[in-house]
Amino acid sequence: MNVRSQISMVFHLDKCIGCHTCSIACKNIWTDRKGTEYMWWNNVETKPGTGFPTKWEDQEKYRGGWELKEGNLRLKSTSKAKTVTNIFHNPSMPSMDDYYEPWTYKYDELFNAPEGPDQPTARPISMVTGEYINVEAGPNWDDDLGGSPVYAESDPNLKGLTEDQRQQLFAIERLVFFYFPRICNHCLNPSCVAACPSGALYKRGEDGIVLIDQKRCRGWRACVAACPYKKTFYNWSTGKSEKCVLCYPRLETGQAPACFHSCVGRIRYLGVLLYDADRIEEVAKLRDEQLIDGHRSLVLNPHDPAVIAAARANGIHDSVIESAQASPVYKFVKEWKLALPPHIEFRTMPMLYYVPPMSPVMANRGDDTVSSVSGEFFHDIEDSRVPLQFMANLFGAGHQGKVVYALKKQKAVRTYRRAKTVGDIPMETAEKMLREADCSIEQAEAVYNLTSLCTFEDRFVIPPMHREEAIEMMRDPAEHKTAVGFGFMEPPKRGL
Amino acid sequence: MISTGPFFLDQIFFIVFPYVAVIIFLLVSIRRYRTEAFTFSSLSSQFLENKQHFWGLVPFHFGIITILLGHVIAFLFPREVLAWNSVPLRLYILEASAFIAALLTLIGLGALIFRRVTDPKVKKVTSWADWVVFASFVVQILSGIYVAIFHSWGSSWFASLAAPYLWSLVTLSPDITYVTAMPWMVKLHIVSAWLMIAFAPFTRLVHILVAPNPYFWRKPQVVRWYSLLRNRV
Ligand code: HEM
Ligand code: SF4
Repeated sequence: MNVRSQISMVFHLDKCIGCHTCSIACKNIWTDRKGTEYMWWNNVETKPGTGFPTKWEDQEKYRGGWELKEGNLRLKSTSKAKTVTNIFHNPSMPSMDDYYEPWTYKYDELFNAPEGPDQPTARPISMVTGEYINVEAGPNWDDDLGGSPVYAESDPNLKGLTEDQRQQLFAIERLVFFYFPRICNHCLNPSCVAACPSGALYKRGEDGIVLIDQKRCRGWRACVAACPYKKTFYNWSTGKSEKCVLCYPRLETGQAPACFHSCVGRIRYLGVLLYDADRIEEVAKLRDEQLIDGHRSLVLNPHDPAVIAAARANGIHDSVIESAQASPVYKFVKEWKLALPPHIEFRTMPMLYYVPPMSPVMANRGDDTVSSVSGEFFHDIEDSRVPLQFMANLFGAGHQGKVVYALKKQKAVRTYRRAKTVGDIPMETAEKMLREADCSIEQAEAVYNLTSLCTFEDRFVIPPMHREEAIEMMRDPAEHKTAVGFGFMEPPKRGL
Repeated sequence: MISTGPFFLDQIFFIVFPYVAVIIFLLVSIRRYRTEAFTFSSLSSQFLENKQHFWGLVPFHFGIITILLGHVIAFLFPREVLAWNSVPLRLYILEASAFIAALLTLIGLGALIFRRVTDPKVKKVTSWADWVVFASFVVQILSGIYVAIFHSWGSSWFASLAAPYLWSLVTLSPDITYVTAMPWMVKLHIVSAWLMIAFAPFTRLVHILVAPNPYFWRKPQVVRWYSLLRNRV
């Protein structure tokens, strides 16, 4: 057992209202610079939809992530040999057309327009060339367009859906969609790190945050191609790649990352998971249907004395172990099995998990009338508005089992709370549902509390990062303090 | 070493230039690496234009790297090159491959320049230094091809004339008699090479110095620990 700690995340999709506050918080802090205008380290997608960059989940096109070849894990986009041929022109590299050309408006035209019969308009101009452009795409161009034959119908997760299920998604006036906010998953087996010819990307040992060393990045852009979630971005101005840093400067000072902090729906949870680093490779090689269980089995019980001893032996601070014991992520992922990794079949072992959203059908429109579907409070999970196979393609490597489990449990908890507070459902029914959903009453209460009544402190259990100890080891902290500031000593400016 | 006389200019071009160029190259590269590591990048523009990109970058690089390696090998192993060339067929193979590599470079360079001129986004990230680099490549490659055509069997005479000249520079006993009698196009090729070496460290060409290497022996995953005690992967 080689115990390491990882700052991990849960996004509770049933709570996301799609307001994009998270994206804006991130953009204002990190990507409002030249060359980063098009980047959205945090973005919110509508599902079904094509996402950002367009159809990023289609690895036939983007060739991100890992694949199993003759029992070995191989990067889809590159290898040692391919680096030699692909470094000059990377055939899997997306271009700005796959994202969008960032634009602003010529606002001064509003003021300087001569008097005339029309309202003056501010025309869009490209933030790359400064020329007028026709805006043809944006970071959330398909926002709320579930049911759209252009966008939703091109969602790669529709793979394997029956004709009926497609009908269900695209029938007029039955449209359904949900929101899918995304940041870097800070994976355990990051393909971006493994692809970098310069070794500029790395995972921080103490907290698992994946970063790009800006001084060692040479713009070979292999990471952009290799990340199956397309969460490393190429800065066309500085010639360096950049990615979500999980707001590590905020974490190191005890604050939640900006997107977490600002989240209006309070869908985001953050906490430490302890995991067994020795087993990553073994798990990443499992068959698709075993991946979720395997991934979960990497996460260790922070209350287990053997794990605690091994963690201490590995130099993990007691305060971090305590933090892991209080982690909301551990509860969602391991205890309750409500949260699932996105697209685990990419085999990067993402450490951001999602609680799949429910899409109950309360009523259906007939010829002229709207009628409620069943007399009961809630229909069967199998009849969800979003076909289960779609959810399974997103959160279950194509297999429905784990998704159904998570949805059933959520439904049972709701029914139970309804029985308790409203009382229009008999408690026996609720308890039976809980039993069927593998959920005790205590667990139901705990799920309810952490889902609905969670405070800031419940959602974000940030471990002390102990940077001071690391600094002490190298130099006198007082001296260090005077010698460094925030950010670069050297301006991050493109060379000639 | 340097005397005024009929060969005064030759001495400037073939003794002063090389030393100054190499000194500038070393000093500027090292200083830039130490104080402006951030500026070491390939400055790729594939993200902005991904269609013509292949047709420029790939032939250009395969061509130029082959040609440069050829020069380095002939400089390091002149005797072996001469021995190889002693059989005419082998000489033809070598010369033909070098010539194809040169053509590849030229085609690639043409595509690169065309792309830089025509694509508005790529144009936006093109600096004046890029234009100097492209212009000097044009001079360098065209003069090289001219020499290959009109002063044939360069692989042999490079080994017997240019290599000793270069070695005389390395051993700090410059002897320019090897080059003074050369045709003027060859001289142009040499002088412009010294100029390029002097200018390279100021430009995007520094990416050659940081061409990836750890990739070939490092483990796939990289983990960094803050603490020195925990420095293991
Ligand atoms: C040693 C290995 C080399 C590697 C790995 C390498 C890699 C690269 C890469 C990745 C780019 C950026 C391409 C893009 O826009 O996406 C580039 C551009 C360039 N390289 Fe190299 N290069 C190497 C050697 C050389 C050499 C020997 C030369 C010439 C002496 C050279 C000259 C150039 C030039 C002029 C460009 C700019 C082309 C343009 O974007 O218009 N490179 N190189
Ligand atoms: S801020 Fe929260 S609720 Fe709003 S879109 Fe982002 S994740 Fe969803």
